[in-house]
Amino acid sequence: MADVTTAAAVRVFRDERAAVLATLIRYVGDFQVAEDAVQDAFEAALAAWRRDGVPDNPAAWITVTARRRAIDRLRRDQSISDRAERLAALLRLNQQEHPPAAEASAIADDRLRLIFTCCHPALDTPAQVALTLRTLGGLTTGEIARAFLVAEPTMGKRIVRAKRKIADARIPYRVPSGEELPERVRGVLRVVYLIFNEGYSASEGDLLVRAELCDEAIRLGRVVCELMPGDAEAWGLLALMLLHDARRAARVDGNGSYVPLQEQDRSMWDWDRIREGFQALEHAVRSERPGQYLLQAAISALHIRAADGGAADWARIAELYEALGRLTPSPVVQVNHATAVGFAYGASAGLRLLDPLRSDPALERYQPLHATHAELLRRAGDLRGAAGAYERAIALSANGVERAELERRLQALTAG
Amino acid sequence: MPQYMLLLYAPESEEQEDRWAEMPLWRELTESLRKAGLLVANGPLHPATSATTVRVRGGETELTDGPFATTKEVLAGYYLLNCADVDEALRHAARMPTARYGSVEVRAIMNASEIPDVGRVHMNGQGAGGG
Repeated sequence: MADVTTAAAVRVFRDERAAVLATLIRYVGDFQVAEDAVQDAFEAALAAWRRDGVPDNPAAWITVTARRRAIDRLRRDQSISDRAERLAALLRLNQQEHPPAAEASAIADDRLRLIFTCCHPALDTPAQVALTLRTLGGLTTGEIARAFLVAEPTMGKRIVRAKRKIADARIPYRVPSGEELPERVRGVLRVVYLIFNEGYSASEGDLLVRAELCDEAIRLGRVVCELMPGDAEAWGLLALMLLHDARRAARVDGNGSYVPLQEQDRSMWDWDRIREGFQALEHAVRSERPGQYLLQAAISALHIRAADGGAADWARIAELYEALGRLTPSPVVQVNHATAVGFAYGASAGLRLLDPLRSDPALERYQPLHATHAELLRRAGDLRGAAGAYERAIALSANGVERAELERRLQALTAG
Repeated sequence: MPQYMLLLYAPESEEQEDRWAEMPLWRELTESLRKAGLLVANGPLHPATSATTVRVRGGETELTDGPFATTKEVLAGYYLLNCADVDEALRHAARMPTARYGSVEVRAIMNASEIPDVGRVHMNGQGAGGG
């Protein structure tokens, strides 16, 4: 019985915590006080629900309890600025039997405010990521610490410091206006993308926690799309995450070896996610100027369509990578562009694109460059060159699954 | 009369308590400067960890979470602004010509409610001491 109650409380908290917290922060004006009050409400829920059963509307129960606990905390904590006004506003709210009808849209606005505050550019990127996962996601400090391979106290300090800075520097709790908005939305999407990437392509760490990061990023992506349905890049990012994540389980086989896209077991793909991803892509392509996430999602969609029967449209994929490279130049994009060109127009065309990268000393230790170089040399018939490049890539690989795959390819080279 | 700016540097302390233990001394000092007609403005800053450093390079505003931290640049001036929040302060910081070739560190000044009352209680002789 107690376990059922605990499970119910945990579920309600996972779904409602961010919304309850977001509204409470607006009233209290302080992250820490609001968060402590929500935590109090969670503990009160566990005790009361075990005794009386789970209420009909658990979310409302928690909202009201958290608000009362916030009132108690505000009465005690003298250091909060505008304490008297904030206390009065909370007490007024508490006396209303039925909250005003406009409250639903106000709650959505509060969530959006919270996202923009957590992703404020005056906080450094690791702090933005940690704070977003802690306040908007359902992850505990310990889970976030494990996902990012840092000690729990270190992650705890990072989050506390970020909240302290929000209070001290007076980072505003609002949706940025007009001219600021596009830049700030980009910042929010970047944080969600970083969370997803950490879960999807990290080189080491607990697989389960990594899956949670992907799920969390997708949840956040959905919230952002819901709150800003007119933003094409938000849809592009959601599509990108769904189309990648749908294939997560099929990427690694039973022995922990990497499985290339063409050889993946399609029955292991998550077709619900793929459908949702294609729908998100539909939203995104209505935009006149495709952004970086939409381009990446489109590339992923082409790969999925190809693996779902028929050959990949490598010329189109190469074109998309080229556009992506113009928008966000990076070695990752350039290497992928060379691969696509290699498939579309022959290995030597791909190799020509790699040449300038290979003479860049900054990329000397960039593993994907050497792996791609090896692959293109092999297909161009230069087996000795390919073996050397594979060895270089293997030496630089930090990921066991990836290294095993590279070793397999190297052996196939000498065997063939 | 020429104006002078006194810039107060202190080791960053984890223990905020230490800082407030000297409150009576600060109050006495501030009061005597005010009475002498010398004081223009003063105020304690929030910790350096709450700083944001603004630079403008190639027309783009770059924000760094934390205090200004290179030794090749020296303090060259100051502005004390009333701003609604950090966004407004950062916006004006980016307008300073220094932001284009140097750095502008933005720090919030503590308001009266954020400064503990320990000093005042101590001065009135009601407190148990600020140790």
